[in-house]
Amino acid sequence: MVVTKRLLSFIQLLLITLLFSNTVKAAVLEDDKVEVLYHSYEGGGMKIDGPAVLIRKKASESFAVSAFYYADTISSASVDVMSTASPYEEERDELNLGFEYLNNKTQMTLSLRQSEEDDYLAQSVSLNVSHDTFGDLTTVQLGISYGDDEVKRNGDDNFLAQTQHYKVRAGISQILTANLIASFEVEAIANNGFLNNPYRAVRFVDEESESGVGYQPEVYPETRNSLAGKLSLRYFLPWRAAVLLSYRSFKDSWDIQASDYEILYRQPIFTDWEFELKTRQYEQTQAEFYQDLYPYRNAQNYLARDKELSEFTDTTVGASLTYIVPKAYQPFDWPAEMSVQWDRIDFDYHNFRDLQQQAPIGEEPLYQFSADVVRVFASIYF
Amino acid sequence: MKRNMPKQLSSLFVNKLALVVLLISCGTLSGCSSIKPWVQPYERQNLADPIMSANRHGIAASHAAHVYEARESARGAEGTGGGGCGCN
Repeated sequence: MVVTKRLLSFIQLLLITLLFSNTVKAAVLEDDKVEVLYHSYEGGGMKIDGPAVLIRKKASESFAVSAFYYADTISSASVDVMSTASPYEEERDELNLGFEYLNNKTQMTLSLRQSEEDDYLAQSVSLNVSHDTFGDLTTVQLGISYGDDEVKRNGDDNFLAQTQHYKVRAGISQILTANLIASFEVEAIANNGFLNNPYRAVRFVDEESESGVGYQPEVYPETRNSLAGKLSLRYFLPWRAAVLLSYRSFKDSWDIQASDYEILYRQPIFTDWEFELKTRQYEQTQAEFYQDLYPYRNAQNYLARDKELSEFTDTTVGASLTYIVPKAYQPFDWPAEMSVQWDRIDFDYHNFRDLQQQAPIGEEPLYQFSADVVRVFASIYF
Repeated sequence: MKRNMPKQLSSLFVNKLALVVLLISCGTLSGCSSIKPWVQPYERQNLADPIMSANRHGIAASHAAHVYEARESARGAEGTGGGGCGCN
């Protein structure tokens, strides 16, 4: 109830802000477009790939609708799956419907989203409002989301759990010079309900067991609250190139603190080509209740051995090449482009051990792996 | 060692967010009336160049954010959806 009251207060504040913001002249909705993507992730014993399609069409100068479909085919033999379970395969389908409404300089977007797997159903609704002001030098963005998930466990028809998600966000984008734009956004997220993976187990020292180690299911708190803030800069270089910088800081009620920064350089080459180079660095501390090896069964109220809750860093280097179809070859004079993108991500875990290696209990080498992410993307504006 | 239940939904986060909204409100209300926009529309051709777009590759950029969200604890301030990530 406290959450609901505060969300209502936030919405009131949002509406007051927009009501008193002055409008000068109308903005325009983005052009109609079709985007097609093939995506692939491979690393750490997992392979995930599939297609995605977005279609967006204006019904009038002030109203547009969009439909987005995304599919994952997942083949998993990851280190935590191999430690306590068997490799598995599954599929995930996601559908997102969007409705955009533009009134002078205020744009409202309503999104309805559903993601479905054999054992997980996620549904959410989002409302985002953006408003251009101050001679269009400033864009203010505000948004809220609510999500309700249904968690099942394959092989156990009696297991059914719920999770709720609440999100509120605010942002401002400001033109600082003729070549520089700065943006700042914050987002608060609150989760309630069943938050852990129903299949994953933690390990503990068990002297009664022949192997010396025992396993029991994870137990997470039923609430998690987090706040993230991100500062971004975009700078146009004199030789027609762009540098994009961003820094994000994150903190949550499980005592996880994280930060990441990214540097991206974008350079047109020849007449119709463009390439990008980027690097990203991420680091996080562990959740307060995480342990790689507990000293005994039921050692704490909350138990987790999810490597995403451990202390780790990851580093990304990436490159992409984009071909902008020349006007002479554009079908129906529709602007089109295609790109191929590749990212290599190296993960280094600081207190999550690799149980696939033979070693005394608690002395296994720390886990690390690399993943390759490939995207083939095409877009047409019509 | 037994631990206590982590903090219930704290008003802290929402209060902080409300403060940001208030600051933004001030910026869009009277605070800007005495300051004139210093970059005129005809000076913004560089900023309008597609290479300056934060969302240059549409749903491909969303996928990049999704890959991180599924494997890192940090979430939010990325403009992407969540839940049901098929990542475990």
